[in-house]
Amino acid sequence: MQQSNAYIIGFATVTTIILGGLLSMAAVFLKVPQTAAKDLDTKYQILKAVMPEVEKGKSDIIGIYGKRIESFVVDANGDKIEGDVVAEKVDKKKEFKKKPEERVYPVFRFVSESNPDETEAYILPVFGNGLWDNIWGYIALSNDFETIKGVVFDHKAETPGLGARITDAGVQARYKGKKIYKEEDGKKVLASVTMLKAETGNTLTDYNVDGMSGATMTADGVNKMLRDYLGFYQPFFDKTSSDKPAQESVQETETVESDSVMVASDSLQAVTDSTAVETKNTDSLSVE
Amino acid sequence: MAEAVEEVKKAPAESLFSKRRRKFVTDPLNDDNPVTIQVLGICSALAVTTKLEPTFVMSIAVISVIVCSNLIVSLIRNLIPSRIRIIVQLAVIASLVILVDQILKAYLYDVSKLLSVFVGLIITNCIVMGRLEAFAMGNKPWDSVLDGLGSGIGYAWIILAVAFCRELFGFGSLFDFKIFHAIGWENFPTNGLMTSPVGAFFILGIIIWIQRYKTGYVEHN
Repeated sequence: MQQSNAYIIGFATVTTIILGGLLSMAAVFLKVPQTAAKDLDTKYQILKAVMPEVEKGKSDIIGIYGKRIESFVVDANGDKIEGDVVAEKVDKKKEFKKKPEERVYPVFRFVSESNPDETEAYILPVFGNGLWDNIWGYIALSNDFETIKGVVFDHKAETPGLGARITDAGVQARYKGKKIYKEEDGKKVLASVTMLKAETGNTLTDYNVDGMSGATMTADGVNKMLRDYLGFYQPFFDKTSSDKPAQESVQETETVESDSVMVASDSLQAVTDSTAVETKNTDSLSVE
Repeated sequence: MAEAVEEVKKAPAESLFSKRRRKFVTDPLNDDNPVTIQVLGICSALAVTTKLEPTFVMSIAVISVIVCSNLIVSLIRNLIPSRIRIIVQLAVIASLVILVDQILKAYLYDVSKLLSVFVGLIITNCIVMGRLEAFAMGNKPWDSVLDGLGSGIGYAWIILAVAFCRELFGFGSLFDFKIFHAIGWENFPTNGLMTSPVGAFFILGIIIWIQRYKTGYVEHN
């Protein structure tokens, strides 16, 4: 069965047009639900960093988001960028390709339910490289920028069941309550939080979490991502913290101060204590 | 004359699930399994089988792609120029896979994130193309659909079996449900080997071993 060249070329052309048309039609029709799904997922992830109880399909994510999240964008110096940059629409991958000092950094302020002026947490997007492709996430810090209130991670192509476990609630819960600053020679130094190698039996401090078996490379990516971005947001932390006494009530400032004094004086004690606590935590985690 | 026409008409009216057609579905499940006998699709059988949930969605995606592409290619089999048949088959498969991927992204966003690149890699799954070339190009649409269904399910049950073992021994869970904790065996020693693709090789080898022991299948050189 040998056909003429004209027939072959004609057939190829027609096939290409039909298949191409079909795919572009599908792309056009599916664009709306796809954007909606993506938007919902972004908002869901941002909320998930502070409210682990939200669930897709059950909670009114768009509603809660509109009420509790106030977003803005800062530059590398920590100054608010005015104008029409929408924090939710910032293309993290595009920004990641720029130099750190040229990027824009979205900040999502999680406000108290009763008082929209009171900040409960700052949620910051982070972005980096995993083993195969990009990984990203959101890290929620307490309003004094000391303690991690929660994290959410996501990835493009980490190995399912291994590196992809960074999306597991159990893995993300390990970050809760960790500190990001160490006291060194009386100065506050950014320590970030490091995920260790291997899964269990790690001695944990305030600055590290248990690893994931078989996913050390992904964990390395997560560690670098957190360290980098906490550094990039540092100017914003400094500016916001120094602005604070003017904005917030006196009582609020006092508690913040007394907390940090406690950390400074008993830092060693606190670390040893928390080691014990953390070990217990891991146990209870694995029981779950 | 009229009788003869009648007979000709009657002859092809084979029941939709005749014995011959049932064999299209049942053969690839065991005796002619695409993974264990034909040794096709090994790559994805190793890659996606760390846990049951992504494996399950992957199975459904592969079955739908293989059935639809078999149907389409079988419908146009007499139009396809034989010299470019491979690329035409590939174009059909690729389009269907992209379509599946787009639909997953729109309506099952979380699952599509879970499977990430592996949906796209269905294009390179040899089973799909193997069935098009070996069967759909020379058989009628309905037979091809059944054949695709058989091969798809044959692939699916193997990867699900592998995923079952890997998730059970590698993570101590099934569909993310911590099975050993539930029955009170709290420090079940999970096997790190099972979480890596190497573990799938062992499981697959054991499955092939058991199967060949039972069917008596021997490869002839």
